[in-house]
Amino acid sequence: MGSDIRKLSLLLLFLPFSLWILLLIILPHVGMVVLSLKEKVAPRVYEFGFGNYIDFFMEPIYWNTLIRTGLMSLLVTFLALLIGFPVAYYIAKLAGNRTKGMLFMLCLIPLWVSDLIRAFGWILLLRESGIISSFLLSSGLIDTPIEFLYTDATVIMGLVYTVMLFMIVPLVSTLDGMDNAMIEAGYNLGGNGFTVLRRIIIPYAMPGIVSGCIVVFMMTAGSYLTPILMGGKNSSWFTEQIYDQFISRYNWESGAAFGFLLLAFTSVVVWLGLKLSGQTLSSTVAKS
Amino acid sequence: MTEHAFDLECIDVSRQFGSVRAVDNVSLSIPRGSFFSILGPSGCGKTTLMRMIAGFENPDHGDIRIKGKSVLKAAPNKRNVKMVFQHLALFPMMNVHDNIAYGLRCAGVPAAEITRKVQDVLERVALPDVAKRDIQQLSGGQKQRIAIARCMVLDPDVLLLDEPLGALDLKLREAMKIELKLLQHQFNTTFVYITHDQSEALVMSDQVAVMNQGRFEQVGTPQMLYQQPETAFVAGFVGDANLWHGKVESLTEQGAVLRTVAGTALRARLAGLQPCRVGDKVNIYTRPEFMSVLPSSGEASNNVGMGGTAGAENLLEGRVDSVLFNGANSRLLIRTAEQALVEADVTLTGGSDDIRPGEAVKLQWSMQQTVCFPDSAAQAN
Repeated sequence: MGSDIRKLSLLLLFLPFSLWILLLIILPHVGMVVLSLKEKVAPRVYEFGFGNYIDFFMEPIYWNTLIRTGLMSLLVTFLALLIGFPVAYYIAKLAGNRTKGMLFMLCLIPLWVSDLIRAFGWILLLRESGIISSFLLSSGLIDTPIEFLYTDATVIMGLVYTVMLFMIVPLVSTLDGMDNAMIEAGYNLGGNGFTVLRRIIIPYAMPGIVSGCIVVFMMTAGSYLTPILMGGKNSSWFTEQIYDQFISRYNWESGAAFGFLLLAFTSVVVWLGLKLSGQTLSSTVAKS
Repeated sequence: MTEHAFDLECIDVSRQFGSVRAVDNVSLSIPRGSFFSILGPSGCGKTTLMRMIAGFENPDHGDIRIKGKSVLKAAPNKRNVKMVFQHLALFPMMNVHDNIAYGLRCAGVPAAEITRKVQDVLERVALPDVAKRDIQQLSGGQKQRIAIARCMVLDPDVLLLDEPLGALDLKLREAMKIELKLLQHQFNTTFVYITHDQSEALVMSDQVAVMNQGRFEQVGTPQMLYQQPETAFVAGFVGDANLWHGKVESLTEQGAVLRTVAGTALRARLAGLQPCRVGDKVNIYTRPEFMSVLPSSGEASNNVGMGGTAGAENLLEGRVDSVLFNGANSRLLIRTAEQALVEADVTLTGGSDDIRPGEAVKLQWSMQQTVCFPDSAAQAN
């Protein structure tokens, strides 16, 4: 009787979770797999086959876009880490208890505004008739207005700005758990600032670094709004290709195949990253 | 060699945090190869003093010298003073070998020599087989020894230990006390040990400095601190003591005659640094183990009075309130006319002549084992 109740409560507890997994994750993805394996042979006639995937590899512009997206995402991840690490270190180790909370809040505030509004904010600043261009013009530094938008640098800057918080949060939480005495011990035993950073702080923060990088890389590779709005048609982000297949060409089969290729590609990159850094998912993402 | 007779010297070192003088004009000199403890309650400034020696804090004024050379200008990583941290601060992402090798690598020692030195120091701390283990796989006592090995492999002039036994359980702590002392002998390096636990300080040290409110109250051998406390704080902090408040009635060659608040006459030896005058309010201290407990009806009532036999000048009567049994270190709580509980050590054998709660007893002790200090609270008024 008692065990029945326990079983029932366990079942009820798991029900929302399993419904979520089943209806929103598994079912759509199975549908997509099935869709991506359909080849169009004639109007409204489909056959099972890998044609959509073969198309991707036969057309250089497709896989070039994917590689480009991957490389730029890696660059964004690296930049976010480079900027985020000192910020996180300052928040976790150097700031006093009260400033710590305030600084953390300051990092959170941009999240209160939607992606779309933030991207338009950048556009207001950077476009040809935007604030920066007009300021430079009126101060006499330049003669003709400059278009800052629609370059790779702008896209990367916008993406770094968007994902920064997701790098800082796991880093702060790992560094927070580090005993200050460990840093002092590093100095006491004869290490200089660089040695302490390289041999003690970074290895200690590795779980946070890896989990922050995974989250940031996945978010960047899968982002759509920022590359489109800030990079325009030149951004050639892979998500744009997927969107094109689904919406513009109404070729759902090919779009589904592209979606899976993106998933596979980012998974391989993350797996490689974990292998190279000697970490596992359970020691990084699951921890922070 | 003679010019470096002291491994570590602090000269008038002070450090102020806001309005608090954490360390106030502290001077010390520690001879080569000795075990020196700084004993004090938490917040007395001992950790600040140690952090200044290690270089993590700078003194507001004063000088710190290692082997005769001032190190005030040297960064923490340039001082040959190594530190065992309170929670050891072993690096969890490295194994035992890498933890010990870290300092050698920082010093640029060649790889072959690192391996040899690490193995050598592991043997000296009696853990030759743990080099490849992770820190998490070690027991508390092993971690302790690795933390010491990590410092000793660098051959420091002075090893600082910041309450490293605090996190261990009682049994292990007792064992580590002896082990630390042995390790210090073996390495023959100057150890500076910080603790709030007086038994750690007394058992291990050659010299102990008792610190209170940023100042050294007394520096001396454990025996001196215990038997001849120079200040009221030392008498109260080191070891257990019974305390009475009273007034000085008269002073003689041998000592002082005192009268407690409740009117009992007691005799005490005069302590060195804080002399009393007739009429002063004083605190009177006696250790529980110096009191002999006799049954009230017993034969020992002869000639205890104003003359007193030598070695038993003081007498109190009371009733046993409770017996705290702890084997050979058993203790009686005796309620006297003062309405205060007096503690006295006895050995309980389990026989029929053991003292039981409720019994009337006499307490006798020598004036040589009694010290009095002017009541500092009363003095301030």
